[in-house]
Amino acid sequence: MGQETVINAADTAWMLTSTALVLLMTLPALALFYGGLVQAKNILSVLVQCAAVAALCSVLWFALGYSLSYSGDGDWLGDGAAFFLGGLTRDGVHPGTHIPESVYVMFQMTFAVITPALIIGAYVERIRFAAVLVISALWLLIVYSPVAHWVWGGGWLAKMGVMDFAGGIVVHVTAGVSALVIAWMIRPRHEFPHGIRPPHAPWMVMVGASLLWVGWFGFNAGSAVSSGADAGMAMLATHLSAASATLTWMAIEWIKFGKPSLVGAVTGTIAGLATITPAAGVAGPAGAVLLGAVASCVCYLAVWLVKRVMAVDDALDVLGVHGVGGALGTLSVPVVVLVGAGGGHLNHAGMEQFTVQAIGVVSVAVFSAVATFVITKAADLLVGLRVDREHETQGLDFATHGETGYHINR
Amino acid sequence: MKLVIAIIQPHRLDSVRLALTEIGIAGMTVTEVRGYGRQKGHTEIYRGAEYTISFLPKLKIEVALPDERVEDAITAITRAARTGRIGDGKIFVLDVVQARRVRTGETGEDAL
Repeated sequence: MGQETVINAADTAWMLTSTALVLLMTLPALALFYGGLVQAKNILSVLVQCAAVAALCSVLWFALGYSLSYSGDGDWLGDGAAFFLGGLTRDGVHPGTHIPESVYVMFQMTFAVITPALIIGAYVERIRFAAVLVISALWLLIVYSPVAHWVWGGGWLAKMGVMDFAGGIVVHVTAGVSALVIAWMIRPRHEFPHGIRPPHAPWMVMVGASLLWVGWFGFNAGSAVSSGADAGMAMLATHLSAASATLTWMAIEWIKFGKPSLVGAVTGTIAGLATITPAAGVAGPAGAVLLGAVASCVCYLAVWLVKRVMAVDDALDVLGVHGVGGALGTLSVPVVVLVGAGGGHLNHAGMEQFTVQAIGVVSVAVFSAVATFVITKAADLLVGLRVDREHETQGLDFATHGETGYHINR
Repeated sequence: MKLVIAIIQPHRLDSVRLALTEIGIAGMTVTEVRGYGRQKGHTEIYRGAEYTISFLPKLKIEVALPDERVEDAITAITRAARTGRIGDGKIFVLDVVQARRVRTGETGEDAL
């Protein structure tokens, strides 16, 4: 255990790099990915929501979130010892790693930023800006921090041996399920489902998705918290899953509609990335290619189910792409490890590991749904969830922020 | 004097301009417009969901002409704008009551 006090320069350098890559995923990657999917009159509202959530959750992470997630070894929640990062020293080493505590705090902060930001996709084009802030703040502390503690901070799921390498459960299941609950509670955009306008800038969706793809190398390979073999294999698996999922979604659309679309292809990319996330620590290259292909098939169906069958206006498909992808990847961990060469090791024998993974997914999904319901109710009472119909028609850019995204020919 | 209004496919603008120039008609006003006729828009598919695009982008060309040039202009525009597919557009001819060139104050056909 004496090793733990030694800072390793290579590990630290890679984790600094990874941290920057993961922040890039929110600013601007996710902002552009979501921004291109909405109508032109709402582009700025999505960008400012992403920026504001990133800033707000960073400060809350410093104040409360980090301590609730990563301080102490309680089953349910961290303690208050690291509130306001009070005990952080310059040369402190994070236990069990060879990187400075400051870098670990910062790396995890970028995850705490992107997870509430993912939920933005559910409520765009109709939410009050104040509700975005209230929901994101409460959600970070009430949903994200406890779940991060359960899975990564030594809580009850970690003790049970659940395997979530980079956030299938902690990031994607929490965000996806919560997105569905909020989308349901805030009710659909008034044109839903038949009058909804198509994405205003598919090219922007592609730029965002591409930046997410690159940033995801920090997300997954950085989750090795070292710069060695695990990080290398995680990056390879991540890339191959994304590539395979891109091709698969493209093929589905090409066969079904006769044309392979750009928005479809890059949606496949994101489905493949979300799905490999929990499995990036155990999948070899062949397993990753297979998982990516399955991810696009399953997420394609999920997007259709939510929109057409459940009729919930999860506007940018947060549940269908992220939630379902994260759950699929988590449940696939015991299978994907067996495919081809280069696989890692499970904590338990196959079937037993599957049971633990399922307990993780289901318990976190139920907890996220219930807690998000309460948070959204509270936000509704405090500040109100929706803008009025006139502002919704006018667009949130001008109605809420007093700005206009495009001044062309005017 | 007549005003010829032609609604055309955006990509036919260059050939229409060329065709009018060739028969000696100089000057036109072009506006980007959206609309539909019998074609009734089209559908686009994003993430498996179908979106109806009711109003399609078109160009509206306006040319003011002496009465005797109108038939030539209509023929030229029709020839240049036609692709044979649905959505090629329409041409309308209106009477013009008065015209005036702002710089010189000329009126009537002298102003065209």
